[in-house]
Amino acid sequence: MTFPGDGSDAATGTLRRGPRRRRNRAGGGGGTARPGGRGVPLPLLVPALIGLAFLIVPLAALLVRAPWRSLPELLTSAEVWQALRLSLVCATAATAVSLVIGVPLAWLLARVEFPGRGLVRALVTLPLVLPPVVGGVALLMALGRNGIVGTWLDSWFGVTLPFTTAGVVVAEAFVAMPFLVISVEGTLRAADPRYEEAAATLGASRFTAFRRVTLPLIAPGVAAGAVLAWARALGEFGATITFAGNFPDRTQTMPLAVYLALQSDPEAAIALSLVLLAVSVAVLAGLRDRWMTAR
Amino acid sequence: MTAGAHDADARTPENGSAEGLDARLVVERGSFRLDVALSVAPGEVVALLGPNGAGKTTALRALAGLTPLTGGRLRLDGTALERTPPESRPVGVVFQDYLLFPHLTALDNVAFGPRCQGATRAEGRARAAEWLGRLGLAEHAGAKPRRLSGGQAQRVALARALATRPRLLLLDEPLAALDARTRLEVRAQLRRHLAEFEAVAVLVTHDPLDAMVLADRLVVVEDGRVVQEGTPSDIARHPRTDYIAQLVGLNLYRGEARGHTVRLGAGAGITTAEDLSGPVFVAFPPSAVTLHRDRPTGASARNLWRCEVAGLETHGDQIRADLGGELPLVADLTAVAAAELDLHPGATVWAAVKATQTHAYPV
Amino acid sequence: MTTRTARSTRTPRRTPWAAGLGAALLALSACSPSGGPDGSGRSGGSSPDGVSGTVTVFAAASLKESFTALGEDFEKQHPGTEVTFSFGGSDSLAASITGGAPADVFASASPRTMKIVTDAADAAGTPATFVRNELEIATLPGNPEGISSLQDLTAPGLKVVLCDKEVPCGAAARKALDAGRVKLTPVSYEQDVKAAVTKVRLKEADAAVVYRTDVRAAGDKVEGVEFPEAADAVNDYPIVRLKDAPNAGAAEAFIALVRSAAGQEVLTRAGFLKP
Repeated sequence: MTFPGDGSDAATGTLRRGPRRRRNRAGGGGGTARPGGRGVPLPLLVPALIGLAFLIVPLAALLVRAPWRSLPELLTSAEVWQALRLSLVCATAATAVSLVIGVPLAWLLARVEFPGRGLVRALVTLPLVLPPVVGGVALLMALGRNGIVGTWLDSWFGVTLPFTTAGVVVAEAFVAMPFLVISVEGTLRAADPRYEEAAATLGASRFTAFRRVTLPLIAPGVAAGAVLAWARALGEFGATITFAGNFPDRTQTMPLAVYLALQSDPEAAIALSLVLLAVSVAVLAGLRDRWMTAR
Repeated sequence: MTAGAHDADARTPENGSAEGLDARLVVERGSFRLDVALSVAPGEVVALLGPNGAGKTTALRALAGLTPLTGGRLRLDGTALERTPPESRPVGVVFQDYLLFPHLTALDNVAFGPRCQGATRAEGRARAAEWLGRLGLAEHAGAKPRRLSGGQAQRVALARALATRPRLLLLDEPLAALDARTRLEVRAQLRRHLAEFEAVAVLVTHDPLDAMVLADRLVVVEDGRVVQEGTPSDIARHPRTDYIAQLVGLNLYRGEARGHTVRLGAGAGITTAEDLSGPVFVAFPPSAVTLHRDRPTGASARNLWRCEVAGLETHGDQIRADLGGELPLVADLTAVAAAELDLHPGATVWAAVKATQTHAYPV
Repeated sequence: MTTRTARSTRTPRRTPWAAGLGAALLALSACSPSGGPDGSGRSGGSSPDGVSGTVTVFAAASLKESFTALGEDFEKQHPGTEVTFSFGGSDSLAASITGGAPADVFASASPRTMKIVTDAADAAGTPATFVRNELEIATLPGNPEGISSLQDLTAPGLKVVLCDKEVPCGAAARKALDAGRVKLTPVSYEQDVKAAVTKVRLKEADAAVVYRTDVRAAGDKVEGVEFPEAADAVNDYPIVRLKDAPNAGAAEAFIALVRSAAGQEVLTRAGFLKP
């Protein structure tokens, strides 16, 4: 690490004084390798920089080509705000749903031995590799008006999920929950199960032990999983448009608005994308400070 | 509990006795089989002593309900507990590395048990504060476990286990996680607290000193079964297996006695003070052995063997010599004596033990 | 979803997710048309009329069944040729072409999208209208709701899907609804016509306003209902050879086949109207 030579001698002096004195006492001469000052090997540095560029250049291009002049006009339309509000509400609701049913599922996978556990784990991760559009069709087959479960929902409760905001939440949760489950299960496996045993010997039921001991212990992992799931839900497109359709202020989330704007007005699409980008960066950065580093 | 308040018979209740612990723990896991019978009276402290892998911790987990029994029985104060889940057993456990909940303060760790038993938050905290005070930890009530020293953490763990008012207190290697100096201090404290505890206490350890200081009675477990049980002094004087003999620092042999001579299998014999017949154990301490460069002459009623030095190590201010040859044994001698004898691995020496310093007892 | 060659194309039994694959196509069509410029040069054996090599056709999704059939005919008529298709939304295809995707022929579902290409001076000559498509109401098999007009679609409780106004079938539906002075609130604006038909096929929606050809292609899974306002929203399909066509000769031959009597026969069978 090099400090810019801005002449802040006082600061540099205090920084240097400690180690130098110690070095003198040890009798060592100059030329000691400074920790962290070692060169990064080229075979790692070059791909790393390419990787960085690969991820950053497209985003930068979006910024460069953004229609800055017409941006205010594009972004003040009611449709944009409707879509943004709907996106945030649905992604948050989908994350909440994922937490309520995903964390117990992760616990089951990590802590309870049952036949076919490996198979169940594979099934849980399946939505990760499934094209989201296929996920949407699968949801229609299951929860659509004529789906194997949806038929009953309709005839017993009069509830149909497709074309509703609830349908958006369902589609997003379906796609996002595996991220949460995988993350939480990993944290649970790394956590010492003997804390749960200790809680049991103190009279805690398995549920109490989970709630009062395990959950606080794995909170950072749960938070990380929730953030991942939220981000995935926010960007979800395929399952949403397939299962919930596209109607402004009801099921048209930002990604859908972006896709459809792209059909005729790429500039508007870029503008919408920028909003989505800005919001997610803001939220993720905010959460990072609050949760992820608070260990 | 005050030591000596009970005589030996009162301490080992017969089956069906209402008070205390009466258990036969059978746990089968693969090729390993644990089969240990335990009877402990209220107020008594029993140590399960044994080498690593002997099944001590499995026995403890079975008592706590964390490992299911595959057979046997478990009664505590007359109540059968075999099918009771751990959270419903009146059992408190101090785990080897304490397992204090890292996200809770010392106070909330101790209050955890009472809270689970239905106490309100205020009641739980009040009880926890009382226990912490009793164990001299009042000023650490607000500390998270990672800010506690090893000794403090151990006491918090003890307080946490006791706060549930258990009828059976289990301690798994309670001092193993401590450094040597803390250990000495904590051992004395723990002895005091265990002495005050009115119900059954069972501790598991592989350290004979911990066992002898803390327990009224030792149960020695090897390879899943009880090999010997008795008071610490009884076991120290009459070891019945090599493991125990090594633990208590005795040379132990098993042989066939005829009068004052005990024959040990092929050839070697030991002359003893006792007049016995039949299978016996013979034991003598390493300090009873004297070593000589040349074959000593005269002196009657002495055992004399020609040995070869296999190894040497310092043992306190003594040198302990590991000898092979006619009779494998260990001998203690001063550093000066070792120098004069010019002891080194491979050296040949004569080992002598007076008959009066051996101790023979029937198998 | 660039179908490699007409021959290898599977029977176009549209699976429900075919609609959604349009999204994936968007990304793919821009960067990987399977017959690139170098692909066109590789000719097996030149046919007597000099037409050979690979001809790459970008065509509107609604043309998939009929063009696939025509592609097979073309390869039979001109041994040594190979027809490669990229089917997709006309907008995204136009965007690919103006973005430099190497193609020989562009067949679009609307003059508006064709105009994007001609405005960018990527077309060779003037586009010719080769078929027209008309709207129909797609209903569940047997038309259980008894729908017979656009007005019937406004019945309360009826779930109707339209195409989004950004895609041609949505624009056409809007024109027809305006012509009939019908105020219709659908449950969803689908991202393309296939998605709209799919919703009816899966019985998630009761009706959709889509093209005749799409109703025809869905077979007995949906039933078509004609309505008079459709006449006000007839869609012209223009076709053109592209200026940078790597295989101009084959491109002209393919366009000729499409506009021939035999070609029109195939298209009419699929539900298209003659120009």
